[in-house]
Amino acid sequence: MSFLDELRNILGPDGLISTSEEVRTYECDGLTNFRVKPVAVVLPTSTEQVQGVLRICHRERIPFVARGSGTGLSGGALPVSGGIVISLAKMNHILEVDLPNQRVVVEPGVINLNVTGRVAPDGYFYAPDPSSQSVCSIGGNVAENAGGAHCLKYGFTTTHVLGIDVVLPDGTLAHFGSKTLDAPGYDLAGVFVGSEGTLGIATKVTLRIVKRPECVQTLLAAFDTTNQAGAAVSDIIAAGMLPAAIEMMDNLAIQAAEAAVHANYPNCGGLLLVELDGPVAEVDTLIAQVSAICRENGAGEVRVAQTEEERAVVWKGRKAAFAAVGRISPNYIVQDGVIPRTALPKILNEMERLASERGLRVANVFHAGDGNLHPLVLYDRRIEGQEHAAERLAERILELCIEMGGSITGEHGVGEEKKHMMGKMFAEPDLATMQKLRCAFDPLSLANPTKVFPRPRLCGETPGEYKPHPLETAGVAERF
Amino acid sequence: MRIVEPQSGEEAAEILRCANEDGAAVIPRGGGTKSDWGNPPARTDVMLSTARLNRVIEHAWADLTVTVEAGCTIAELQRTLAQHGQRLAVDPLWPEKATVGGVLSANDTGVLRLRYGGLRDLVIGVTLALADGTLAQSGGKVVKNVAGYDLSKLVTGAFGTLGVIISATFRLHPLPKYTQTVTATVPDLGAMQILLGKILDAQLVPAAVQVRVGAGAPQIDVLFEGTEEGINFQIDRLRGMTPLVESDDEVWARLDAGAKISVLPAKIGETLEGLEGYAVVEATGIGWLQAGRLAELREKIERAGGSLVMMRPFPGMDAWGNTAQSNGGGALALMRSIKQHFDPRGILNPGVFVGGI
Repeated sequence: MSFLDELRNILGPDGLISTSEEVRTYECDGLTNFRVKPVAVVLPTSTEQVQGVLRICHRERIPFVARGSGTGLSGGALPVSGGIVISLAKMNHILEVDLPNQRVVVEPGVINLNVTGRVAPDGYFYAPDPSSQSVCSIGGNVAENAGGAHCLKYGFTTTHVLGIDVVLPDGTLAHFGSKTLDAPGYDLAGVFVGSEGTLGIATKVTLRIVKRPECVQTLLAAFDTTNQAGAAVSDIIAAGMLPAAIEMMDNLAIQAAEAAVHANYPNCGGLLLVELDGPVAEVDTLIAQVSAICRENGAGEVRVAQTEEERAVVWKGRKAAFAAVGRISPNYIVQDGVIPRTALPKILNEMERLASERGLRVANVFHAGDGNLHPLVLYDRRIEGQEHAAERLAERILELCIEMGGSITGEHGVGEEKKHMMGKMFAEPDLATMQKLRCAFDPLSLANPTKVFPRPRLCGETPGEYKPHPLETAGVAERF
Repeated sequence: MRIVEPQSGEEAAEILRCANEDGAAVIPRGGGTKSDWGNPPARTDVMLSTARLNRVIEHAWADLTVTVEAGCTIAELQRTLAQHGQRLAVDPLWPEKATVGGVLSANDTGVLRLRYGGLRDLVIGVTLALADGTLAQSGGKVVKNVAGYDLSKLVTGAFGTLGVIISATFRLHPLPKYTQTVTATVPDLGAMQILLGKILDAQLVPAAVQVRVGAGAPQIDVLFEGTEEGINFQIDRLRGMTPLVESDDEVWARLDAGAKISVLPAKIGETLEGLEGYAVVEATGIGWLQAGRLAELREKIERAGGSLVMMRPFPGMDAWGNTAQSNGGGALALMRSIKQHFDPRGILNPGVFVGGI
């Protein structure tokens, strides 16, 4: 029986896609400039089916890439040449809602916002809120350790994942963590979240949900410059406050958002969006302090959203900002880098200088509270050389992040896009140590094998004993 | 047993490399406050003390982060951070002696976890010395960072079995301007569980909540932090649910316990039914016991999906319990495989961790 027939036996006729035309849908994720056609796409409906598929892949040495909603921005779900894609889209059930313990158990294909949708009537929400939350899946969030605007206060996906059922690359099922905290043993759930599909496939995830705050207030403050806005952020932090979110947009980003969703943002050089939540008396006191700090730092207009509708519109503009940039530029690159927050003025000035030198524009949208930048490098593909210049600038911005003590990615992941930057951020021993972990999970390098790390590495199947691998003797890879 | 006190990460790594060549067992040691935790080591040849790795390397106060060497005590770290009105939001046992490396390795967060998360959520980078003499970093100095595997989490709670923590970087929080603790006394465990459920479901944002159960009626302590207005508002709200008295900070003094439990928050009362002794259980479900009949209690807790871990040796009881049950099937084999890749000769704290790791 052929490999595809075996897969069809496990998944049924509806669970396997293998015609060239049909698999095209899966040839890329949200990062569309990389495309690879998979050999086949499988759509399992149960953990057992995922196990069955991985057992065959293991036996046949076929690499696989897990895929949620395909919204990732670093090519994490980009297929691997000669491999299959495992879509978890059909495993989209909320299995258990446990309000007294503030836990929800879901399958990986469940859409992020649907978790909140299920528990909202009882006054709870699921805190991680990537901008794509209305379409992205929990499994993808787990793979990428997705963040969002509110992780400044509430933490990232990893903070909210307590347990994961994982099918390991050899098809065995393992349970990481538990509904209770501090399960004895290594924190495998902590290690798995953010591993970008390179350690196995999550088939069930236990999430923590959070009580909806009694009161939420969102303040908009308009500054002449992003430097002024940045100074206000510093003062807010120095005053000992931890807002739920602090977002900043520069003039280009404001124009784009306005053109797209008419968020009624003031037209200014640097816009701050500060959200505070908690008990009414606490929020009232703090919002007055934030207002005063913004004015002291030169804000012309300070406005607090008065209704839930106004608040929703303010956020709609922010969350639509990436897509909105399409209104003001034919092409653009979405970048994701992190700096220590205090380096903000420095990197903004440097980005502007580099962009104008190259005749390009950079729109800036960022999570100002934690220094996570999302520069959008605008260009026009029709102008010769501009695409290359834009790519080079986007990469130079990441180098600046590293030079300033930051990171090449705050929430989008390394994936395919940034794996060549890993060697700039980490030294060889650091990468070799990460490789030890990978080899413990996936000795045959079948799980998303070409991602995250700069070049293919192989695991000795039995540590200590040396057996040359064909790729190694061919000089293609090195052994770890 | 020989004692070595390296002065740098490089020295520590070199010591490990030599020990590894000789197959000598290395026992990493910080303040020595939790040496009894875990199973007794199978072998002890060299004690690697972090006593001289005790500097606060960088307090980037404007970025709310600190990088600190493993041997620095928690109290010393907190004093340094307080100069800029900040803290690492944990309250581990014996802060004057316990070190950053030891507290991370033993994963002793304390009651502030309810609001600020555990050590795993606060640590954002580590430098590790591995058994083969590698000195490696993971994470970084920024709060938000998803580049590469998060080895900080791997070594948090790993009891030094994968490598020796040389330094760590943490995200910090501002010291609260105002704090107030209030205490409610309830007639029995049933009433305790109902009130606890109400508090957690009430849109209040306490920094910590714990129940104290033992002699006399159970008590629930609630710690509020923040603005004066916010605290008073929340205490008034709480008073609407139950009679309260104001308490001082001493109610939060950590218990020098014989065992740590972890149960579901809604099952705390049920778990403590029939307890012979004294217990302090945080609203996160993590609790500390000075009690008898621990074997029976462990069975009951593990059946409900929780865990009971010994804080000091007890004849006939494994420190970690039935890990196949509490951190279900398949995981233990994988943990052994990770150990094998990081420490193939098994020289780091051999036998101390779960499943004989």
